Amino acid sequence: MRIEIRNGRLVDPAQGVDRIGSLFVGDGVIEGFVERPRSFEADRVIDATGCVVSPGFVDLAARLREPGLEHKATLESELAAAAAGGVTSLACPPDTDPPLDEPGLVQMLKHRARQIGIAHVYPVGALTVGLKGTTLTEMGELTEAGCVAFSQADEPVNDTLMLQRALQYAGTFGHRVWLRPQDPFLAQGGIAHDGEVATRLGLPGIPVAAETLALAKLFGLVRSTGVGVHLCRLSSAAGVEMVRAAKGEGLPITCDVDVHHLHLCDIDIGWFDARANLMPPLRSTRDREALQRGVQDGTIDAICSDHAPVDEDGKQVPFGEAAPGASALELLLPLTLQWAAALQISLGDALARITTKPASILGLEVPSLATGMPADVCVFDPTQPWTVRAEALRSQGKNTPFLGLEVVGRMRATLLGGHVVHES
Amino acid sequence: MTRNPQLNRNGELTHLLTLEGLPYEIVTQILDTAEPFVSIAEREVKKVPLLRGKAMFNLFFENSTRTRTTFEIAAKRLSADVINLNIGVSSTSKGETLLDTVDNLCAMNADLFVVRHSQSGAPHLIASHLNATGRTHVHVVNAGDGRHAHPTQGLLDLYTIRHYKKEFRDLTVAIVGDILHSRVARSLIHGLTTMQVPRVRVIGPRTLLPTAVEALGVEVVNDMREGLRGCDVVVMLRLQNERMKGALLPSAGEYFKHYGLTAEKLALAKPDAIVMHPGPMNRGVEIDSTVADGARSVILPQVTFGIAVRMAVLSIVAGN
Repeated sequence: MRIEIRNGRLVDPAQGVDRIGSLFVGDGVIEGFVERPRSFEADRVIDATGCVVSPGFVDLAARLREPGLEHKATLESELAAAAAGGVTSLACPPDTDPPLDEPGLVQMLKHRARQIGIAHVYPVGALTVGLKGTTLTEMGELTEAGCVAFSQADEPVNDTLMLQRALQYAGTFGHRVWLRPQDPFLAQGGIAHDGEVATRLGLPGIPVAAETLALAKLFGLVRSTGVGVHLCRLSSAAGVEMVRAAKGEGLPITCDVDVHHLHLCDIDIGWFDARANLMPPLRSTRDREALQRGVQDGTIDAICSDHAPVDEDGKQVPFGEAAPGASALELLLPLTLQWAAALQISLGDALARITTKPASILGLEVPSLATGMPADVCVFDPTQPWTVRAEALRSQGKNTPFLGLEVVGRMRATLLGGHVVHES
Repeated sequence: MTRNPQLNRNGELTHLLTLEGLPYEIVTQILDTAEPFVSIAEREVKKVPLLRGKAMFNLFFENSTRTRTTFEIAAKRLSADVINLNIGVSSTSKGETLLDTVDNLCAMNADLFVVRHSQSGAPHLIASHLNATGRTHVHVVNAGDGRHAHPTQGLLDLYTIRHYKKEFRDLTVAIVGDILHSRVARSLIHGLTTMQVPRVRVIGPRTLLPTAVEALGVEVVNDMREGLRGCDVVVMLRLQNERMKGALLPSAGEYFKHYGLTAEKLALAKPDAIVMHPGPMNRGVEIDSTVADGARSVILPQVTFGIAVRMAVLSIVAGN
């Protein structure tokens, strides 16, 4: 099938291009950028007038809940959500049940995802067996099975010597280790940002120091081992400042923030709204502003969804008993656009945070609309408003703190390897 | 932010979940309503028919004898039918969710739930669920949720203060002890600031004070002697046993030395200062017996007023 995506606004961060034109897709790859290739005859034309055409998005954290947590979501439901959100490549954290600590599990996941065939799935392997922080996984085998990086998801490695060895061993195979910076002792029992809101509501707090101490420890280990670390889900202004300084020092680190922390703060908990129970906790308005600025100046490399579908039963309980997390694959674009609009950032620069930058963290070929590149492409209307409602989400998890809010930016079509995998 | 579910669209109290944000007028209405109820207890027939035919469920997910009993007495004096559920050994231990339990009891035509839960916000969840499902005739009264709130305790504390001090506007009130884990302290602080008490001090070691507690409108004092100076009201908080085992405090003895209320420390407060305690007391840990049983202690009147205040709350909430 040859597809002509006609007369769209072609925004390609990799080429630094933003212009009106058509894209010619055939046989899995982009055959023509603006220029119609000789003898190209479209089987199908997608009219992209008024729409943006960009490379498919790359999400650094999307939980698909398989294996083991199918009551929350399945690969089918969540990959459909990815396609509906324009996400063509996603990394899934190892916190499944059992965790992704064995090659067989990873192969099965890759196999299932390929069969469904609507998004590329890149498993992040468990750094330690069972994510327990005590025994190294077979990272060599896991790499061969398809793991692109290693992580503890939200679980800690309490023992610093163990953590150092995990970095060294992952480094042996050329991997960066992905870690969410949080001191497990300071975070113990906490469910909300340790500040005025938590004090008012009587919710046990997690102080900012839990993040800054973990960062200081990790930077020390990065210096001593030389192994790079990707920092997941930064949450505080002090954390952003430390990452800025560490990057200035030249440490091999990268960093992401999720869409929730870019837009929400602890005040959004309201009267114990369990949908705002997220990990790391939503912090203060000051922290949120620092995160927004951090993405703008490149201290934070990428924006991710931190998609974590939770079933209704997981949220219809008191705040402290709720399962943390929210569905966000379908909100990655609108919330990135909202960030860009608030800080007056160009569309190309905004899309880089969800395409080229995360791709380079994942070690993927830099996504682009250039001729010869894989035809993973999004077509979206950047001005169309829509309201986030449970029935509007493809994800099996209908919980998001953005429910009821109007956002802007609607996917019209998503192509994976030249095939239309989503249309609306 | 979402609307506090305890007020209906007309601004009337349909659930009592927290004293935070409760208007001055409603607090005053509750205290005024409680006054005549105090004397009912002294009558030969200790009953009024205000809640006749209503079914009140005591839904206690956490142990309590005193609070549950006072709610039960209050409801019975209002002629309500009272059903006590010992949840610890029934439904939730079989895996039933909180809201399933509530739905089942609603199907038994419950009119009022008095809820105690170890999780902050559990009564809010129930009230929001009832509001969202159109059951606005069913009411929730928070009898203590996690560290968050214990609004009827806060109200009975306000009643006691008003009874002995008449006016709120010139008072200095000290709250001493484990503020961090205390729902009693949080509710009292909100109540006192609503009633425009100009000086509210919280006194305790830093391990037992919440982050940014000043934002609630209080002064923080670490030295108890300094904090008690010039106080009209001293509220001592219960120190739970598990807090004394070394992680937050080194020992009960050291705590008593620095934060226990003795006659000598009380002498630093105003000569007519009253001493309050939500109970149950740990004599010799947070309060010395000579003070607890002394002339300035109003700890037992607090209990008596507590029943009248709970009668007032139940009758107002059920009437809206």
